[in-house]
Amino acid sequence: METKKSLFSRLPIVAQLKKSMGLQRGMLIAGIVMTGLFLLTAALAPLLSPYGPTQRFNETQAPPSSAHLWGTTAGGYDVFSRTIWGTQTAVLVIVVAVALSIFIGVILGLLSGYIGGWLDRILVVLADAIYAFPTLLLAMVMSIAISKGQSNLWSGIFSAAISITVVFIPQYFRVIRAETIRLKAEPFVESAIVVGASSVRIMARHIYKNATRTLPLIFTLNASEAILTLAGLGFLGFGIEPSSAAEWGYDLNHAQSDAASGIWWTGVFPGAAIVLTVLGLTLLGESMNDLNDPRLRGRKRAGKKNGRKKNKELVDA
Amino acid sequence: MSRSTHTAAPQGEAAPRPVLDVDNLKVTFATDSGDVFAVKDVSFTVAPGEIVAIVGESGSGKTVTAKTILGLLPETAQSSGAVVISGNDVISVSPHQLRQIRGRDVAMVFQEPSTALNPVYTVGWQIAEGLRAHRPEGKRVGRKEARGLAIDALRKVGIPEPEKRVDYYPHQFSGGQKQRVVIAAALALNPGLIVADEPTTALDVTVQAEILELLRDLRDQYGTSIVLITHNMGVVADLADRVVVMFQGDVVEEASSEVLFAAPREEYTQKLLAAVPHLGRNSASAGFTERAFQDKEVLVRATDLEIEYPGRLGSPAFRAVDKVSFTISAGEVFGLVGESGSGKTTIGRAIAGLNRTTGGSLQVLGYEMRDYKERTFRPYRKDIGFVFQDPAASFNPHLTIGECVAEPLLIHTDMPRPAVTKKVEELLESVQLPRAYAKRFPHELSGGQRQRASLARGLALKPKLLIADEPTSALDVSVQAKVLELFRDIQAELGFAALFISHDLAVVDILAEWVGVLLKGKMVEQGIGSQIMGDPQDIYTKRLLASLPVPNPAEQAERRAVHQALLAAK
Repeated sequence: METKKSLFSRLPIVAQLKKSMGLQRGMLIAGIVMTGLFLLTAALAPLLSPYGPTQRFNETQAPPSSAHLWGTTAGGYDVFSRTIWGTQTAVLVIVVAVALSIFIGVILGLLSGYIGGWLDRILVVLADAIYAFPTLLLAMVMSIAISKGQSNLWSGIFSAAISITVVFIPQYFRVIRAETIRLKAEPFVESAIVVGASSVRIMARHIYKNATRTLPLIFTLNASEAILTLAGLGFLGFGIEPSSAAEWGYDLNHAQSDAASGIWWTGVFPGAAIVLTVLGLTLLGESMNDLNDPRLRGRKRAGKKNGRKKNKELVDA
Repeated sequence: MSRSTHTAAPQGEAAPRPVLDVDNLKVTFATDSGDVFAVKDVSFTVAPGEIVAIVGESGSGKTVTAKTILGLLPETAQSSGAVVISGNDVISVSPHQLRQIRGRDVAMVFQEPSTALNPVYTVGWQIAEGLRAHRPEGKRVGRKEARGLAIDALRKVGIPEPEKRVDYYPHQFSGGQKQRVVIAAALALNPGLIVADEPTTALDVTVQAEILELLRDLRDQYGTSIVLITHNMGVVADLADRVVVMFQGDVVEEASSEVLFAAPREEYTQKLLAAVPHLGRNSASAGFTERAFQDKEVLVRATDLEIEYPGRLGSPAFRAVDKVSFTISAGEVFGLVGESGSGKTTIGRAIAGLNRTTGGSLQVLGYEMRDYKERTFRPYRKDIGFVFQDPAASFNPHLTIGECVAEPLLIHTDMPRPAVTKKVEELLESVQLPRAYAKRFPHELSGGQRQRASLARGLALKPKLLIADEPTSALDVSVQAKVLELFRDIQAELGFAALFISHDLAVVDILAEWVGVLLKGKMVEQGIGSQIMGDPQDIYTKRLLASLPVPNPAEQAERRAVHQALLAAK
């Protein structure tokens, strides 16, 4: 029981929540609540939404009513259902995109950082080249190359996810590579070399775990970026077709002309969904980042009565 | 809580008003695991022109005390009591007043001179910064005037050609000169008190002797009081008038330095002083007349060994090791001594295959390191153990101690798991660690325990040769004494050969039968340990030995005279 509890309190978000206080705690909790709502909505989409994501109605551009809670679009879609189903698409894209890019990025980063030499140089130049490219343009090119206009749910999600992956791999690659190069000079890695461990063993056993500690942070921050990229692709018409899945970017694009004629409901709801989701994930990521850094973490003032007083000696200097 | 009225109180009969009066100081830090009491109850005073040393091991609160004097504690700290400097209580004054006190009444000399100076400004500018900030006599200090004052300050601390050097950048000075510059900056406004936090710890012994000399001169000439924070009992014996011994945030003992070293009252102080290695006592090679183990198999043979580090574009390669020849026979402990940059670590790393040799020959267990290939050298690795300097960094923080110690066994043998576990427990017991520690993580062990575990890992495969690179220099003296004793016992029992690398002559003498002295990559002298320590032949070895402070004020005063005579003769 004891070990289980300590394991639970060492889990990423839980550990930070325990350390936090004041404004930082408020931001973290706001982030957790928003992200939790987002995930919950995605999971319960079939129960929450009255209609399917691709269901069309005869009433177009109908204002909010009891039949259509948030009205309908010019294409005859129910805005409420589309917004709710949109969370599911977003979650799927995030999971696929981030999982793919973490996997490839970490492996390439470890190899490149540890082995070094010409492999490192080539990979760094490649990563820099991709990095220098405008993100959205690259994602567009990838999406055209992958989907070629086909658009059922999974191919749409995968083309969006893979085009985001291409942009994210260099980020993970760079973080892991920098950590690996730093760790390579650490005495514990040298002591493994001296013991006679093979390169694969050193990378897998000694460097991998130490280099990936910052990943949960990049993960949350990248998740919000993935949503924005997906929405951007959809807005520009390279995303998922409305007939295969609900996607906020596409809906926003088609709400553009409505806004001028006073039809506000088609744009506000998917827009607010994007803003809140991104805000939630960013709050979560940023406050976790701050809380993980002892210099940025706020603490209660010492000397005041605050529960446990451990008489532990301090390691000076 | 603070009592700022305290200062006005008369201090006994004719005693002059103290420059610094610390009274019932308590410092508490807020951490994730609750409050930590760094300083529990500390009181002491410093008279004008007095040098007071605060000594203690890591965690004793000495650095926190020093930082409180300057008001440099981080936000998470809460302090109470009084720290009175020339009438102002540092704990209760406003930030504005505190800024005025700093530099004018009290200045600080930091441990690491290379990080205490800003690399993008000239040293003259940095010395003058304090003058500009304080505007003595209410006037702005002009550029010319500031420069003149900076030159004066540099001259005071013995920098040659101060008129020219004032425009130099920090990287153009050596480590010792940088520390002189830091002291010059501290002196610029002629403060009555200097707080020196481990001012010589980052420096070599010969440079340390010069800096100690300088600090003494400053006191003698200008009457500056000095609070010296250090863990080095030799430095204390050399410089301090009075000593405050701290242990876990409390003052254990306070006495004049003659009294403290001659007759320590408290048990803790006695233990602390007994643990300090003393040159010439307890030598491993006492009474030897010829080299031991000469008849045994030669494990390492270096002939005209050269190791170069490639230079940057355009600059020549740096030769770290220059035509060094030596042998290590089976069962022998070879002590390699030298100051920083002498190439001693490079030689140790080259033997372990962590550095490539570039010239001459280095044979390790019969393997020629000139033709080094990781693949062909790997089988030899099981006969070589390595103990690193920093025990905290040489363990993978994600693996348990047991897993770390088991690693060589898993790689080089195909023992089944239960046998490995058993062997690991035996190894831990042989270095006097409880078996249960196999399940702990490195951060749950103290520095000394980690270094024991590191020794256990080095010895897991019963190597023929163990390379120990400054294994005790990151440890406190009392811990160091225990680790050295353990090393000595285990070596006697298992009979492995060892290359023991250290900058501390006294430590090397305790363990090594044969000692080599390195200077700038060259082996200037090698011979039987007790002979090198007792009757050095080379001028550099003589200087090195003379500059090593011993923990005994009377003896140290004599040694200081010898050292000065030696410098004068040069």
